[in-house]
Amino acid sequence: MSETTLEHHHEKTENARFGFWVYLMTDLIMFSALFAAYAVLRNNTFGGPGGGDIFNLPFVLTETFILLTSSFTCGLATVSINQKKLKQALWWLGATFLLGASFLIMELTEFHRLIADGNGPQRSAFLSSYFTLVGAHGLHIAVGLLWMIIAGIVAYKRGLTEKTASQLTRLALFWHFLDLVWIFIFTIVYLIGVL
Amino acid sequence: MHFLLGNLTLESLPHEWFTVAGTATLILGGLFVGGLLTYFKRWVWLWKNWLTSTDPKKIGVMYIIVASLMLFRGAVDAAMIWLQQSIAVGAHNGYLSPDHFQQIFTAHGDIMVFFATMGFLFGLINIIVPLQIGARDLAFPFLNSLGFWLYVAGAILINMFFAFGGQFASAGWLSLPPLSEIAYSPGVGVDYWIWSLQISGLGTLIGGINFIVTILKMRAPGMKLMDMPMFTWTSLCSMLLVVSVFPILAITISLLWLDRYFGMHFFTSGFGGNPMMYVNLIWMWGHPEVYILVLPTFGVYSEIVSTFSQKKLFGYTSMVVAAFGITALACLVWLHHFFTMGAGSDVNAFFGIMTGVIAIPTGVQFINWVATMYKGKITFISPLYWFMGFLACFAFGGMAGVLMSLPGADYQLHNSLFLVAHFHTMIVSGALFGIFAGITYWFPKVTGFKLNESLGKKAFWCWLIGFILSFGPLYILGFLGATRRLDHYDAPGWQWLFITAGIGLLIIGLGALFQVAQIIVSIKDRKQNVAGNDPWNGRTLEWSTKSPVPFYNFAIIPTVTNRDQFWEDKQAKTQNLKPKTYSDITMPKNTAMAIYCSGFIFAAGFAFVWHITWLIFVGLIGAMVCVIIRGLDEHTEYTITAAEIEKMENIKP
Repeated sequence: MSETTLEHHHEKTENARFGFWVYLMTDLIMFSALFAAYAVLRNNTFGGPGGGDIFNLPFVLTETFILLTSSFTCGLATVSINQKKLKQALWWLGATFLLGASFLIMELTEFHRLIADGNGPQRSAFLSSYFTLVGAHGLHIAVGLLWMIIAGIVAYKRGLTEKTASQLTRLALFWHFLDLVWIFIFTIVYLIGVL
Repeated sequence: MHFLLGNLTLESLPHEWFTVAGTATLILGGLFVGGLLTYFKRWVWLWKNWLTSTDPKKIGVMYIIVASLMLFRGAVDAAMIWLQQSIAVGAHNGYLSPDHFQQIFTAHGDIMVFFATMGFLFGLINIIVPLQIGARDLAFPFLNSLGFWLYVAGAILINMFFAFGGQFASAGWLSLPPLSEIAYSPGVGVDYWIWSLQISGLGTLIGGINFIVTILKMRAPGMKLMDMPMFTWTSLCSMLLVVSVFPILAITISLLWLDRYFGMHFFTSGFGGNPMMYVNLIWMWGHPEVYILVLPTFGVYSEIVSTFSQKKLFGYTSMVVAAFGITALACLVWLHHFFTMGAGSDVNAFFGIMTGVIAIPTGVQFINWVATMYKGKITFISPLYWFMGFLACFAFGGMAGVLMSLPGADYQLHNSLFLVAHFHTMIVSGALFGIFAGITYWFPKVTGFKLNESLGKKAFWCWLIGFILSFGPLYILGFLGATRRLDHYDAPGWQWLFITAGIGLLIIGLGALFQVAQIIVSIKDRKQNVAGNDPWNGRTLEWSTKSPVPFYNFAIIPTVTNRDQFWEDKQAKTQNLKPKTYSDITMPKNTAMAIYCSGFIFAAGFAFVWHITWLIFVGLIGAMVCVIIRGLDEHTEYTITAAEIEKMENIKP
């Protein structure tokens, strides 16, 4: 590759990174709209249960620790990428995937329990906003997991090029972002809901 | 059968005069265009050169073509509204049923804002911004194509109700709940509304991200932010607003959809839902949307005023600050759309003051434009006519807006035709006139020839006079107490005012005919009207390259040391220097993946409207697969060698 092409590729990577940041900010605004809706509706239980009645704090705390740990392993994957150790990065990515998947399964279990108890999203405005906010985060986690599989396979097949490394870096950004959103969900929805 | 077709039944097919007419128009229009393409053997050409192109100039032209069609579509709605209002007085009920009338004004608003005006603006921004910043392309060419095709998918979906379902939303252009909830709007109309906006809104959001990255990261070497032309600045402001508020729109209408589809209770009147939350959320998007529409045209006007006054723009820095002032204030005024919510005097006072304050940066822009013209060598040409028309109308409409920013006055004027007159003044003169001016101004850059000037001036006068006749009476009617969205009224004294407004619309229609004639005549006389690279003695980089612009924009990326770089080059007589050597250029390849992806999303949107579960999954998974395939493609670019560039550059036009 000539020098100008290399420069061109580097510019592309840089643009992709910046563009992804802008995208994350738009996603943040989407979440803030959902948070706002939750804040407005959280007391509108319409005779149904409130947060304190249905949230299982130890269960959610376990979920939280799993997700935080996944963020840690994801960070280790990034470190390995920066050290050009692809194999190690993929192992850490695998660990992140398993932790993320466990988190998602736990969340779905909780949703299932609530719906089985008759406290589904149709029960009251509070539950609508709860399911939507937490569910939107869960949907993002699912997309992140899918992306992890694809980006992992691609990096394994194509090796650690500038393109695959940049892809994995963006994936990591996405994952940490979801972690950050979850901390707010944990605080605003669960902690304030129970306390 | 329900599994296969969802709620779609034989009764959904057209059986009323307007759905039959609409469907026939869609089918015949499609057959006509298809027939022409087949007759002239242009299918392959269309597909290869246009539809799959990632060239922002071509995407821009396609945006403008679709937007023109949608402008016509929205104008037909406007004509139907006016005809009804001109005759439905006293014992006469007019020719439209109340429900049909409601569908028409709903569709009119949505089509004009989302599909006509937004389409025109994205068209102009696509064509001009890369040229003004000396870039060869956008940061993400594929996403640009995807954004365009999502916009097209939305535009098609909003017209699909003619053929399937026979009814559009009838809850107003923002579909306010609880009226838009399933209990009160059980049909598919609101669902069509939700999904056409959701899909085109996604396209807009993608476009917003793309242009922010392009403007901030891909400027020519040496071009500092404060060297950027004004149109690029205001486009950046507009795109910053897009990424700030379109996410809110996406969430708001998603929540309405959850209410309607899954029986949730965000905005319902029972079960603890809060309809006023919807009104707040939608206007947090809706008010900035107004500035998304007018900011780019403020940039267009700035370019035009300075070019046709042969002077540099007066007060450039204050222009930039004012544009950002408008951008910031735009997000702090949403509540003035519903002072009557009763949030209390403190809240109303805050939003009233913020609204009034917007007049200050707007006034700064006005004064700067006039000061730019002062002692300039002015060429009175149709783009400048549009600008002068805008200046008068927008100042008037703006003052009407400041009047309504006073909560006390707003309690009187709320929901009246005065308001309708106000925002039409702002959007028509603020956005539409600017779009026409911009199209006339940059037309030679895209095609290589100028538009016919005499027909352009005739079109302008028709538009201006027609516009004043149409909306002047509405201000008066508003003061007389006429509310908006009247399908019938009992005050015979109002009728002549409505008829005058209708006559105004006819004159606007005449202006539109002049514009169509202008394009036809100009294409016919293109040999006489050859423009050259710099027809207006322009100032910014887009005039330094060839007309029509080669697909790579610039053979050599210009180096920028000044604002108005091209003007400075002309003063130093260095503008036409032949480069000693050319170098290879890397350009993005064409791709059809954006079309496939949008097709799947369109299918998903249609399936959501009709509850066709299998098709929802096919659509969503298909779209995801398209994006993944594209992401894995390693060969999205190709290289043009320096020799080829040199050959193309040396062809005489």
